[in-house]
Amino acid sequence: MADVEEDEALRRLSEDFLTINVGNQMFGIPVLQVQDVLREQPVTRIPLASSEVAGSLNLRGRIVTAIDVRRCLSMSDRDECQSSMSVVVEHNEELFSLVIDNVGEVLRLKKNDFEKNPGTLDPAWRDISTGIFQLEENLLIIMDVSKLLENIKV
Amino acid sequence: MDDLIVEFITETNESLEELDMDLVNLEKNPNDADLLGKIFRLVHTIKGTCGFLSLPRLEKVAHHAENVLGKFRDGVLDVIPDYVTLIFESIDQIKYIVGEIEETGSEPDGDDSGLIAKLDAAHEGKVLLDDGTYKGDAPSEASAEKKTKAAPTQERNVAPGDATEDELEAAFANTPGMDGIANPSDDAPKQERNVAPGDATEDELEAAFANAPGMDGIANPSDSDSADDAPAKQERNVAPGDATEDELEAAFANAPGMDGIAPPSDTPSAPKKKEPKPEQDKKPATSKPKTTQTLRVNVDVLEELMTMVSELVLTRNQLLQILRAQGETEFSTPLQRLSHVVSDLQEGVMKTRMQPVGNAWSKLPRIIRDLSLDLDKKIELVMTGNETELDRQVLEMIKDPLTHMVRNSGDHGIEIPADRIAAGKPETGTIRLDAFHEGGHIIIRISDDGKGLSIDKIKEKIFQNGLATQEEIDEMPMQQIHQFIFAAGFSTAAAVTSVSGRGVGMDVVRTNIEKIGGAIELKSEEGKGSTFTIKIPLTLAIVSALVVEAGGERFAIPQLAVRELVMVSEHGDNRVEYIKGAPIFRLRDRLLPLVSLSNLLGLSEKKILQQEGVIEKAEVDVKTEAKGETDSEKTAQSVEEAEADSQETKASSSDDPRENNNLYLVITEVGGYEFGIIVDRVFDTEEIVVKPVAEMLKGLTLFSGNTILGDGSVIMILDPNGIANATGNVASTEDLNAMQGQDEHTSTSQKKTSLLLFTTGDKTPKAVPLALVARLENIKTKDIEYSSGQMTVQYRGALMPLIPFNSSITIEDDSDKPVLVFADKDQSLGIIVEEIVDIMEEHLDIQLSTQTSGLLGSAIINGIATDIVDINHFLRNANHDWFKDHDDTPYNSATDGGNEAAKTRLLLVDDSAFFRNMLTPLLSMAGYDVTSLEAPSEALKMCEDGVFFDVIVSDIEMPDMNGFEFAQQVKQGDGKWANIPMIALSSHATPQDIERGMQVGFTDYVAKFDKDTLLSALSQTLTKN
Repeated sequence: MADVEEDEALRRLSEDFLTINVGNQMFGIPVLQVQDVLREQPVTRIPLASSEVAGSLNLRGRIVTAIDVRRCLSMSDRDECQSSMSVVVEHNEELFSLVIDNVGEVLRLKKNDFEKNPGTLDPAWRDISTGIFQLEENLLIIMDVSKLLENIKV
Repeated sequence: MDDLIVEFITETNESLEELDMDLVNLEKNPNDADLLGKIFRLVHTIKGTCGFLSLPRLEKVAHHAENVLGKFRDGVLDVIPDYVTLIFESIDQIKYIVGEIEETGSEPDGDDSGLIAKLDAAHEGKVLLDDGTYKGDAPSEASAEKKTKAAPTQERNVAPGDATEDELEAAFANTPGMDGIANPSDDAPKQERNVAPGDATEDELEAAFANAPGMDGIANPSDSDSADDAPAKQERNVAPGDATEDELEAAFANAPGMDGIAPPSDTPSAPKKKEPKPEQDKKPATSKPKTTQTLRVNVDVLEELMTMVSELVLTRNQLLQILRAQGETEFSTPLQRLSHVVSDLQEGVMKTRMQPVGNAWSKLPRIIRDLSLDLDKKIELVMTGNETELDRQVLEMIKDPLTHMVRNSGDHGIEIPADRIAAGKPETGTIRLDAFHEGGHIIIRISDDGKGLSIDKIKEKIFQNGLATQEEIDEMPMQQIHQFIFAAGFSTAAAVTSVSGRGVGMDVVRTNIEKIGGAIELKSEEGKGSTFTIKIPLTLAIVSALVVEAGGERFAIPQLAVRELVMVSEHGDNRVEYIKGAPIFRLRDRLLPLVSLSNLLGLSEKKILQQEGVIEKAEVDVKTEAKGETDSEKTAQSVEEAEADSQETKASSSDDPRENNNLYLVITEVGGYEFGIIVDRVFDTEEIVVKPVAEMLKGLTLFSGNTILGDGSVIMILDPNGIANATGNVASTEDLNAMQGQDEHTSTSQKKTSLLLFTTGDKTPKAVPLALVARLENIKTKDIEYSSGQMTVQYRGALMPLIPFNSSITIEDDSDKPVLVFADKDQSLGIIVEEIVDIMEEHLDIQLSTQTSGLLGSAIINGIATDIVDINHFLRNANHDWFKDHDDTPYNSATDGGNEAAKTRLLLVDDSAFFRNMLTPLLSMAGYDVTSLEAPSEALKMCEDGVFFDVIVSDIEMPDMNGFEFAQQVKQGDGKWANIPMIALSSHATPQDIERGMQVGFTDYVAKFDKDTLLSALSQTLTKN
């Protein structure tokens, strides 16, 4: 009983994040937003779409728009030999597959450790993140998926 | 019957049926507010609708019933059993009238004063009994009274469905008067059964016993009836309900009935009673299905079904794809069957959602009628394409916009008769409403011949509303100014009329139409009228699409927009040509603008589309932007291929299709505008489920959606409209339409011909029908060689003679000269000209004939006097046996070449002097003895004069009498020419035309410029005969 209550308390005080790697940076996505994690998928290009749109793919009968997160973050493109992974999220009732380098792990982080973005952070990055967790080894930028997707120009 | 009325009846019957269930409850619980409210609403709706549909009798009943029901509902009046009976009676009467309307399309004659009197009494809180007394009065006058008081009995008798209520009533047995008529009312079920098919359920039980005694009653009308009852029965003959139904009967039944309360009841009742019988027999067959055939289904259910069927189709496609890869397996047959069933299912489900567009129109004639009365205008509404079906939801959405626009046309567009006459137009204005399918869309066109949009007024209004500055307005093209009428709050009507002009019109219309993915276009000419074209997608979830590849990616093009597919190769007849860098293709006798899909989409082109010597080279669009590995490979490959291709072009003309240097043109039609989309490959057609693209991709107008193919991959669906728009051809589309429109009016006398304009050194531009020119080439002067004094050039592995158009053309060293290439079989001839100027569509009207050899005469083209070139002259000069060594040499002429008398006599009928001039020498050279005439009438005269021909070649589009009529005249009857084979010559060779041509007696149907086919058709025809 006590365990359950403790667990509950902990849950209230903490949140689970899936860590992903894009470039050399680690990002966190609230785990509850993640619908799926995919390996590299064949993607249909969408001509004339903005460069962030990597294309579309078929996820069990649903058409999912693939978003190249590197491009969203103005990073250089992946090397051709470098593989990628995707995290599928839902936004405005549509599915998006965020193409990233790879997926790390699920971390349960205390809300107390959450901090606002430092003012010096690149404005483009600041825009798409809600804040930062301090991990022992590095910093985890929490990604605001909705913002990220909304920022993509139509 | 009017669709509206049918709809009304169906709805009313449904509601009535539903009500039947509840009526029993009303009996038990007379003051059930919900139920009363329900009945009230129904009656209220009926009343309202009746007013609209002009059904005064029903309206009256409903109106009075509503009054009473209103009081019940508000609790002002307590519902006592008598009133329950009254409600029943009213509803039954409504049922009866509705039933009659369903039967005959109009209200039955007669009146309901009895019922209405009762209702009015109830309204005042009294109960009027059948015998005309108020409840509480002594009802003992009974029979004697009844004879005179026709009204109350009447309505009681005719009330259909009395049986039920009488049953209940009997139980209640509130009034003695009721008992008195219990007998006659037995007949009621029979009647009401005829007229109210909807009653079936409730009547079924009843019918079992009620019908039988009813029949008995008919058999011996007088057995049980007392003397008192007889009159009651007679009254029944004239009862309102019977009148229409038994019109004839009433004629004689009425007469004795009126003056003959006295005569014995046998006479009037006997004829009457015979008649209902047969009617009873036939009615259930005809009218019953009407109501049972429709079933209301929640749209959500259909929607869900649709989605599931869509998924099913996808799965089916996947299975078929697997099957194709597997080859023959035991699954083949069941899968095929499954596939068929799925197709049928899909079609069926789709049908459930389709409704003819006429449903949205049905109110319009009425609106226009009222409008013309209100505004003192004469307006005729012409509607075509009522049967064009579209999705129910779409239909609902366009109903209001359409009404708006038609009203607008009537109100703003059509002028008052006086103005119209002053403007030289017919007094009656016409509003046309056309609906048809086109390019995967439904097009609805609303056009009027009214005064059109006033540009000045709109300009003024734009300025007033501050939508643009005066300078901006002045510079705006007309089209753009027109667009402002779609702006919110924009109305140019000087006065706000009751009809329109409240400024809520066109912007709402536009919003509504755009909401369903449609588009609205406007074309207006001041003084002539306006045309609105609404283009609505079918929005069917499943469409058939052609899968193509461009730039290494696959795309789907909705099959509906695709007219045909053409394979083009580097060499050979099907080639892409360039004018100022713009790819053009000659499709039969028409020039087709082309658009490269890979260019349009910014994908790298797979290969070069140009050919050595073509006027301008296409640029290879190799995008260097980073792409996936496969793409860059492809790009590299494509460049190599392109190089190889251009080298090959020089080397030889051998075509190897396996090398895959063919391109495909997807000939697409959008709103009457035809263009070709250049693609690299064409795959299969597939049934696809259109899924909307993600929100962030909505801005890409080139795509209408995306889908998952059978192989599981995602593919983008191209929007032909978007492509047409992207090619910047929307405006010209309209121009084209306008031109076509004009053409239709003038085509008989003035046909347009595509002319190639060029200069030849002297000042006068020259023109030659484009269709005669096989190719345009640029020849390097250094490549020109001489063989036996004749200028030649190596062209496609053969020598082609070259002729300078005239002596003023100078052949300098080391320059390029444009050459018109004329080809016939393996022979070609080049005519060197100075410069190629343009391609024009013009009415070819040769005004000045000339003696100069090589010219047919002069015509005004694009406002400039232009020489029309007689190509035959050059062909003859260049090669004496030009056209002669066909293997399709005319029958006779080859064998008896020298024998003039044996020459095949050919009659050519064509109204165009140009074509006669062109074809006559051509046919003469091919060995025919040609007589050319301008009009069929002249030909028919020759026929009468006894002149004889071996074959007749006739144009189709001619003034006065067209080719079809001409052929009919020739072929029909015992005409002297009835056996002469006829060949139709036309610039429009659609399958329908050909079909029609065959029907009227043409042996063959040949496109106008296709001289090879003409010659071979002639040869064949003559051989046959």
